[in-house]
Order: sequence, then C-alpha cells, then structure tokens
Amino acid sequence: MSTLLFERSLPRFAAARIASSFGSGRGAGVGPLRLLDHEAPALPGDGWVHIDPLLSGICGSDLATLDGRSSRYFEDIVSFPFVPGHEVVGLLTDDGVAADGRALPAGTRVVLQPVLGCAARGIEPPCAACAAGHVGNCERVAFGHIRPGLQTGYCADTGGGWSTSGLVAHASQLFPVPEGLSDADAVTVEPVACAVHAVLGAGIRDDDVVAVLGAGTLGLTVIAALTHLASTGRCPTPRVVLVGAKYAHQQRLARAFGATEALPPIQLPRAVRRSSQSLSFGGDPGETVTLSGGADVVLDCVGSAESIAQSLAMVRPRGSVALVGMPGKVTVDLAPLWHREVRLAGAYAYGTESDPAAGSARAGRAAGSAGPVKAAGSAPAVKVGGRKGAAAPPKEISTFELSFEVVAAQKTGSLVSATYPLARFEEAVAHAGSAGRRGAVKIAFDIAKGRTR
Amino acid sequence: MSRRPGFVLEVDKSTPPTLFWNGEGFTVETLPEGSRVIYAPEPMKALDDPYGAIRHALLNPLGDRDPLPALLFAGMKLTICFDDVSLPLPPMEAPDIRQMVIETVLDMAADAGVDDVMLVAALALHRRMTEDELRHALGHRVYDAFAPHGLLTQHDAEDPENLIHLGQTDGGEDIEINKRAATSDLLIYVNINLVAMDGGHKSVATGLASYRSLRHHHNPQTMQHSKSFMDAPASELHSSNWRMGRFIAEAGVKIFQIETTLNTDTFPKSFEFLQKREWEWNLRDRASYAASSAALGKAPPRLARQIFHSIKSPHAMTSVQAGEVEAVHAVTTENVWAQQGVDVTGQTDILTLGLPYICPYNVNSIMNPILVACLGLGYFFNLYRGRPLVREGGVLILRHPTRPEFHPGHHPSYIDFYEQVLTETVDPVRISKEFEESFATDPWYIHLYRTGHAYHGVHPFYMWYWCAHALEHLGRVIIVGGDPKAVRRLGFSPASSLNDALEIASDVVGPSPTLTHLHAPPIMMADVH
Repeated sequence: MSTLLFERSLPRFAAARIASSFGSGRGAGVGPLRLLDHEAPALPGDGWVHIDPLLSGICGSDLATLDGRSSRYFEDIVSFPFVPGHEVVGLLTDDGVAADGRALPAGTRVVLQPVLGCAARGIEPPCAACAAGHVGNCERVAFGHIRPGLQTGYCADTGGGWSTSGLVAHASQLFPVPEGLSDADAVTVEPVACAVHAVLGAGIRDDDVVAVLGAGTLGLTVIAALTHLASTGRCPTPRVVLVGAKYAHQQRLARAFGATEALPPIQLPRAVRRSSQSLSFGGDPGETVTLSGGADVVLDCVGSAESIAQSLAMVRPRGSVALVGMPGKVTVDLAPLWHREVRLAGAYAYGTESDPAAGSARAGRAAGSAGPVKAAGSAPAVKVGGRKGAAAPPKEISTFELSFEVVAAQKTGSLVSATYPLARFEEAVAHAGSAGRRGAVKIAFDIAKGRTR
Repeated sequence: MSRRPGFVLEVDKSTPPTLFWNGEGFTVETLPEGSRVIYAPEPMKALDDPYGAIRHALLNPLGDRDPLPALLFAGMKLTICFDDVSLPLPPMEAPDIRQMVIETVLDMAADAGVDDVMLVAALALHRRMTEDELRHALGHRVYDAFAPHGLLTQHDAEDPENLIHLGQTDGGEDIEINKRAATSDLLIYVNINLVAMDGGHKSVATGLASYRSLRHHHNPQTMQHSKSFMDAPASELHSSNWRMGRFIAEAGVKIFQIETTLNTDTFPKSFEFLQKREWEWNLRDRASYAASSAALGKAPPRLARQIFHSIKSPHAMTSVQAGEVEAVHAVTTENVWAQQGVDVTGQTDILTLGLPYICPYNVNSIMNPILVACLGLGYFFNLYRGRPLVREGGVLILRHPTRPEFHPGHHPSYIDFYEQVLTETVDPVRISKEFEESFATDPWYIHLYRTGHAYHGVHPFYMWYWCAHALEHLGRVIIVGGDPKAVRRLGFSPASSLNDALEIASDVVGPSPTLTHLHAPPIMMADVH
C-alpha cells in the first residue's frame, strides 16, 4: 500500500522552501513528502469508517505546505506525520452513516467534508461554533480524542486522500455522491463548498459590482457558485462579475461559468473602475491606481500581498474584501482599509448556510438551473432570484449540499485537468504548481486506478 | 520650374523598390510587376506674402459678408476660434498659419477698438492642448497677451455653463455648441484645411459642439454612408454638418470663416527623400534613407517616436479665403483638390499603404492600435472621390508595427476600449449600441478630458466608426509587421512580410490580383474614374 507521508523534518522543509523558490511545486522530491508503504490508520472510535479514495485533489493549501510557504500559525493545529489530501471522493469499506444521519452501506461513493470538528473529535458538548453548524470555525481543532488537525489531510490520526491504503472518516464528514456525478465532479465538491461559503458570506447585494481576483480552482469555483446561487435565489444578483484571470484558458472558463468579463489581473482595476463609474487617483494621469469608489465586494482568491493590496485599491469605501485564497505572512499597507472603512474578512471552509430559497417559491428553481449571472455584453444581469417576496424564513442548509447542486449544475468536474498515480507525485505536484502556465486548473491523484491522463 | 502633377506609375522590371512607411520608420518593398504606385503632386508654390494674402482675404470676403473691419466695433463681443493640435500634420514650422491669421485679425480688432476678445481652441472632444502646443500654434505674443488673463480658453464639451442648446435640425439633430462663441457678436473661425473634409460648416458644428450634438453624425450609420469623407456630395457626415451649420446661421450666430490651404511640402531637408519618387533619389537621398532607416531600426520605439514627433513640417500656405462659410469652403475645397488630386483610372483588388507615425489624434503621443486602424481604414482608405481605390470585397494591406501601446494620459478610454470592448466585438454597430453611452458618460473620462490632456471617453468609438465604411467595403484587412495579437484584436490578419500578406490576400482576391500602392504621405486624394 502506498502513502504519501508528510513528516516533520527541518532540513527537508528548508530544501522544499529553496526548491520552491524556483517555482511552486518544485520541492516535492526534496521536501518532507515521501512515498512509503503504510497501513491504513486505525479507527479512532465509534462513528468512524474506512474510506478507499478514488480521486484526491491537490489544493493550493497543499502546495503551500509542500513549498514550505504555509503560515507558522498552522503549526499547532496540525500533527505530524500526516497524509495530505483533503479533497477526496472514495468508497466506504464498511457500513456507515452520513452527516445527515442516513445509513450508508459499504461501497457507497462518498465525498469527504474534511474539517475535524467537535463531533469527529468526540467532544461533548460541542463548541459554540459547531453547535451552530459552523464546523469550519470549530474552537477545538487541537483537542479531543484525535491529535490536532484542522482537517483530514493535516491530522496524524486520520490519514488523508493521498494514499492507496485509505483513510478514516467520521460520520459527520460523510456525504454520499449522487448517481449523476462523475468522480471528477465529486472531487471538486470540497473546493466548490469553500467557494459557496465564501460567496454567501461576502455580503453581496443585488446590483453590486463584484470583482474576483484570481481564476485558479478557487476563483473559478467562486464564479461558478455565485452564478448558480444567484440564479436560484440563494444569494443576491450582482450587476457585474469582473474577474482577473492571468491565463487565456482561465478567462475562457470564467466566462463560461458566468463572469461578465474576465481579463488579465493588471486590467481588472480598469474594468472595475468603469463598471463602478469611479474616479481614480495616484500614478500618472490616466493610470488606474486607487479607485475613488470601486467594487462593492472583492473576492481575493489569490491571498498574496499583491492581491490583497490590489483588492484594497479596488474596493469602494465601506465595501468588503473576502480573503478566499489562503494567505500567509504578508506585508500590506492597511491605510486604505482604515481610511475607507473596508471590511476585510477571511472565508475558510464551510459548515451551514442560510438558504433563503428553501421553503419559498424559488426553491423549485434550485436544481440544475444555473445560468450566467449576466446574459451577455455589459447589459445588466437578468435577475432570477432576489430577496423580495420570500415566502418563508431562511432555512439552514449544509454548505456541502449546496455545493453538490453547484457541481451538478456547472459541471465543475471539467476543471480536473490531469490525474497522476501516487508514484508520480513529484510530477503531479509540479504540474499543480504550474497549472495556470500549463493550461490546467485542478490536478488530482487517481488513487483507484493509478491512471495518468 | 513648373510643378509636376500627381502620377500613377506602373511597376516594371526597372522600377526600384518602393518606399513604405512603417510607423516610426520606413522600409522599401519590391512590388509585383504590373502594380501601380500613386505619387502625390509636387508642392504648389507658397504664397509670397502670407500676411499680405491674409489681409487681402479679410478685406475682400467671399459670399454674403462684409469686409472684416466693417464687422468690428467697439463694445462688441468677439470670439476667435481656431483648429486644435490635430492640424496640420505634421505640425508646421513657425510661424503657424493660426498665428499669422489671428495676429492679423487682432490688429484689425484693435484698430476698431474691440476690447472683449476671447480665443477658443476648437477641441470638440479632443484633448486639451498643452501650453507649448498653444504657444506654437498662436505664437508667444498672442499667447502672452491672452492666456494670463483667462482669455485664451479651450472648448469644454462637458461644461454645462458654457454650452448652449440652439435647437434641433429638421433631421432631429441637436445643436449644442460653445456658448461664448454662439452668443458673440461675431465668431471668427480660423481653419487649416489639410484635407477636403476640413472646414466648412464642420468647423463650428463639430469643433465647438458637445457629445449631445456630435453623436448625431459621429456614428456608424453616418460613417457607412460617407463615401467618401473627402467627397462632399457623397458624404453623409458632410450633409449632417451642413444641416447643422445652416441651422446655426439661421439661429443668428454670425460666423466669419477663414480657411487656409497648405502645399504638400511635408518633410524637412533631412527627410526630403520621403516625398520624392524613388527612381529620382540621388546619392544623398539613398544615403539618408540607409542611415535613417538603419538608425531607426535599432532605436527603441520611444526614442524613434521622440525623433519623429520633433519634426516640424515646412509646408506652406497656398491660399487663404475668408467670408461666409459656404462660399469660402467652395473655394478652399477647389484649392485642396488642386494640390492633392491625382487622377486614377479603375479600382484595384489590393490596396497597399505604409502607415506613418502620426495621425490627427497622436500628435506628441503614441499611435495606439485603434489609431492605426483609424488612420488606415478611416483616413487613408477614404482619400478618394468617385469610387474607393480598392474594389468592393478587395483587400487592404497596411504596414505598421501596431504595438499594443497607449498613452494613458492622452488616451485613457482607448485602453479600456481595446481591452474591454474589442475583446467582445469589432462590429461598429454593436459597439455603438452596447458600449458607447457608458464610455461617453463615464465621470472619470470626463474628469480627465476636462482637467488633463485626455481625449473624451467616447473618442475611441468615433475612431472605430471612422473605419465603418472601409470595414463594410473590404473583404479583408492585413497588417504587415504588426504585433500579431494586437492585429487580431482589431479583427485583422497579421502578416510577417508583404509576400505573406499577398499570399493571405489570394484567398480573397485570387492568385493574380491587381495591386495599387498609395505613396502617402504626402497627402493626396485619388479621383478614381
């Protein structure tokens, strides 16, 4: 049985950091990640089951970890050695129970909700966040009967998706995959859930100008989620969604998922300025540096110092910036944030969302009705949903349930550009690190078949 | 020695390679045997005494106008408007015609005791001129007498306080023009008529108008029905301006029109070979060509641009006429054609053009891709009367580097037009419907137009509309030597060499097409029979 194990090793960590300075993902071969024969972890307790992964994605946070670029903040909420891989679709090897209480027979195809909250940790009573359904905000990720780990894939006791020997998961983490979804679709459910959570928490209102910075997996899934959620009445409908996408294939996909405009990041402030009819100051005459007004909401799906600074320069006073991409230690001038009273908030993981469409007439439109946020050109979007006329109070709904809807409607499995067997992990990680440049989006390990495509 | 008229050469084995402009540089190309090359007429003789000629024109007006001194009186409100930096091309050696005319007019106004005089640069939606440009156009004496006192202004098409809506023509065209000019006792307009479409009623109806007025004729429909801009009876742009001009006159705006023409002596001695016929190049011309083309080829674009934009043209005034607008313009147009007209028999399958570094909208600035399109398809393509030089469905081959470079201060909305509009569509009609208004009313563009040196937000649209007739007429447009991505963004085909371009063109016009090269500049206009 093969497993990619990430061990605590300062020399290897340093080597990865040096290698990754030549490009993200270059350090997989010299870093703390090693391919070993490794047995599946033991079940930590009741309610846990074994999963045999089918596909397991490589996420931006995985890359940051392998590159040695992760924030030291995480050191105390992970445990070593761990098996990475938190974007997982797999098969149950035992009978189990889903997060919603349904019985799941062995062999059921499931997607893992990787956050290890109070339920998984056997903590009773649960923390306030878990009790409210916001498992992503669990206050006990370093406690309980399993070792620290904010998610499966960062915990020494659970294993992870990058393993043929399987991983263990708690019932609270299991979501069965509907028949119609392919494995590729299913492996995108987790990143799409992050996008759904980010979109619903960003404070978007009807007719807003929304800017999305970055069009890797996160940026594209944010656009896909926003389009679907707006068209089904789950969130307000922005007037325009402008996307800064570095590469041509990203621009094409962004438009296909419903972006009004997708253009190189350097041009995004000009597009935001035009859509928001702002003025601009700073720089030479005619240059767009800091907008006087700007976007109502910016979703930063990059998380670098540059992207945060650009987000703050593009957002209007009292607007919102959502940090969707995982940042590290960055140096950013926060004077514009202070002066313009901008709200800067993180957008991590998932949990439970308010669903204004549930119980109302709009609920009937929910399934499979994704359409572009905006029809074409620069004309205002056609509003399908909206807050007005809601017939029933919002109902709580799992972020993953919404994510399944988005995945089905937008066919986000198309974002899986290449798969690799575990044995070729160095190539896989290098491919993921240069995905944009190489015309790819999501790279995954094909654990079940070891296929390369 | 008498002046030689324009000339159509048929290329044969003995014909030397032909000069092609290529932005901030030039090259020579060997054209296929049987191709035609159209050369401009040689420069007409300059007026011996330009100040005397101006004075004579002011004292002997054409049409229903009294001599200028009779129109001037103490206590009157006088406004003198003049063409902006877009004319002439290249900028002329000092003294500029505007300086000579305005000095003469001011002398007469002073003699009549006129105190309330205002000078207005007729910008329409062009960028504001810099102090250096104003000083060059008007001379230091005029500038220093007026500018410090706020009496030298530049038309602001976005200043509601200084615009007046005079009404609508029978065609529903709004007439909104500069209030100071319209409410003066006399409006004197000083023109430099570089080409046949300059001047006439267009001077006031366009040069002093607002977007509200201009949109009635600066649109794809008007441009598609202007065949060509240089041929007044066949130009809807001309017709619309004439309707507006007559309306302005009937509204009581008293205009004294002054129009001037230039000869085609376009380049200074060091670049004289550029306006000579290649087989007449002497040793010095050949050496100048070799040295300058080699040096420019190695120079960074920015340096080459600086060199060319420092050129002041020696072209000189060949006529001046003053008086009532239409009477003046009829004579001016004849004079322009007398200098620039070339008889050409029959159309061609392929028209080739080498585009120079300058057009009306990048004086002291950058020729961005939209201006390349406008210069090639809007201006040079339209240098005809009768029929276009190239047949319907034919191919236009341009030579220009077409770099995706923009002057952010001069052309801010061009950048967004290039990035956000041309990426969606190149169809002028769709562009007009879907995008024009949002650019025209964008507060940032308006701010930059009013306070900086930026063209109005809608200006790149107008440049694209200028191409509308050619876009409708041509089967394909190919740019040789252009940045491939930028060329494709414009909707055209890139080619690395003229031979490649001819190969591409053969898909449209067959394997044995006729080819004509317009050897401009100097500017000429083809009378196509």
